[in-house]
Amino acid sequence: MGEWRGEGKARDARIAAGRAHADGKVVPAAAVVDLLEAILQPGDRVCLEGDNQKQADCLARGLSACDPDKIHDLHMVQSGIVLPEHLDVFETGIAKRLDYSYSGPQGARIAKMLYGGQIELGAVHTYLELFARYFVDLTPNVALIAGVSADRDGNLYTGPNTEDTPTVVEATAFKNGVVVAQVNAIVDTVPRVDIPGDRIDFVVEADKPFYVEPLFTRDPAAMTETQILIAMMAIKGIYAEYGVKRLNHGIGFGTAAIELLLPTYGEKLGLKGKIATHWALNPHPTLIPAIESGWVKQIHCFGSEVGMDRYIRERTDIFFTGADGSLRSNRAFCQTAGLYACDMFIGATLQIDLMGHSSTITQSRVAGFGGAPNMGSDPHGRRHPSDAWMKAGREGQIVGDPALMRGRKLVVQLVETFGEKLVPTFVEKLDALELAKSIGLELAPVMIYADDVTHIVTEEGIANLLLCRDADEREQAIRGVAGYTEVGRGRDRAKVEELRARGVIRRPEDLGIEPLDADRALLAAKSIKDLVHWSGGLYEPPARFRNW
Amino acid sequence: METLTFRHTTKKPLAGSVPHAITGVVASGNLEILLERVLPPDACEVAIETPIAGYGDVWEAVVADFVARAQPGGLRISINDGGARPDTVSLRLLQGARLMEA
Repeated sequence: MGEWRGEGKARDARIAAGRAHADGKVVPAAAVVDLLEAILQPGDRVCLEGDNQKQADCLARGLSACDPDKIHDLHMVQSGIVLPEHLDVFETGIAKRLDYSYSGPQGARIAKMLYGGQIELGAVHTYLELFARYFVDLTPNVALIAGVSADRDGNLYTGPNTEDTPTVVEATAFKNGVVVAQVNAIVDTVPRVDIPGDRIDFVVEADKPFYVEPLFTRDPAAMTETQILIAMMAIKGIYAEYGVKRLNHGIGFGTAAIELLLPTYGEKLGLKGKIATHWALNPHPTLIPAIESGWVKQIHCFGSEVGMDRYIRERTDIFFTGADGSLRSNRAFCQTAGLYACDMFIGATLQIDLMGHSSTITQSRVAGFGGAPNMGSDPHGRRHPSDAWMKAGREGQIVGDPALMRGRKLVVQLVETFGEKLVPTFVEKLDALELAKSIGLELAPVMIYADDVTHIVTEEGIANLLLCRDADEREQAIRGVAGYTEVGRGRDRAKVEELRARGVIRRPEDLGIEPLDADRALLAAKSIKDLVHWSGGLYEPPARFRNW
Repeated sequence: METLTFRHTTKKPLAGSVPHAITGVVASGNLEILLERVLPPDACEVAIETPIAGYGDVWEAVVADFVARAQPGGLRISINDGGARPDTVSLRLLQGARLMEA
């Protein structure tokens, strides 16, 4: 028989090499490069914690400063490509291959590097899928993670932004990997133990606190009448229609507008308690007025949001919090909640084609998907009914035994027909197909496949794709809400009117909504400052959102 | 800067008697609309100054839909566009017509 404990021995050797630069587990920030060069080997699979929000930035800087002659050809597996250093390592040859999920702020640069062949791309995943692969075929040799504080034994406090950390550590520490945590401070006792110390091999006291991206803050002052109109249609035509209580909101102004209309427009429609009570959601500041008005029963969070900590501490009936009083987020569990325990996902996208396939990948930007492909999919493993799920199932099922009918998740795309700089949202063919062809991807990076989408809402109306009975109807339903884009102007007007008569397409007037009533006066908060007032002064917006 | 002018015949004059109105603001992604009741009751003219060339077809469609919906007979409408999206143009035109009907 051969060696059965070789990985463990290799791990012990890496840790022994690293100890030369540490005092016990503690490593000074100045020794990060030495530590990484000691524990890493060429070709390693490395998870550098780049979450949706929290960034292991000190370790990212350290990794990018390693000597490419010593450390090269790494396979990076990480959910977020957020910092410049995340891509610098591909320019220097330290890293070669990439499997990831989201790349918002680096979307333009990653596109260039993909076309230029500097990055060998595995796939653009959804979060839960990438996490799953950490346990099967993308298990990290080394994980570089971030926390708020640690004690000298490595017990780690992640603070409100726990996000991906438990998942990354689980996959690495229990499969012969090495875990390095950067923390803002080494303390005698951590406020709560988010990760037990025996899973952490090295603790680096960072030179400055880790960076957190305020990704989910939308300034009400920037909300347009068009977004308000779309939000009114969604509330009346979908939330109320299906009685959606358990849901997830994507990032974007459309869903933020819905949040701000619940205590005003939603209240007027008598929907309080009937819709939007239970959430899988980041702590969106724009949800504060709805929470304060008693709309929301419970929220589980993927991560936190900058400035929301004090508010969350004072609203523990609503949020999940730890013994220290602060938020406990967990991306893997929250994505699971979004998949199996929510009846609706509603979010935005950059491109939708004639069948309803959508992607955030355009010719110049590869933004990645984050959680959308997961939460925006109909989970075939679900086995519990709810009114919203069953109603959607009945609308979509046209053949077969009604006794064997399953429900259907509502997957709603909320888009304006034109995006920034008059770029049309509706297209004949997704740019993602062109990207796949030019860089040789076997699978085109589609965010949400057409067969998962149930509704598309634009300023022109709602297209209910569940009610479409063939491909032609589906195409005309989409063209019928595509406004003045080329796709929209290419509609068969008679067919679109027929679909409207059947309720497949519903215009604002079909829903009893006057477009001229879509006024900013309807917003429960019209500015970030209003949100601060709603929170009783507990919400502390980051500087870039303060103009007072 | 591109200048576009569209002339339509309406089935009826716009209700009300407000002689002129102005709505919107000149800002990026927005537009300013001046409406004047100076034409024969079955005529409508829309003149557009836009910084973004090449969207003539879209403007034509937006204006035609507006005229069909609002029947703005008698109005000369001048648009100072700041690169607004078509849906914003539609909304401002309808807002303008409502002001003239008051």
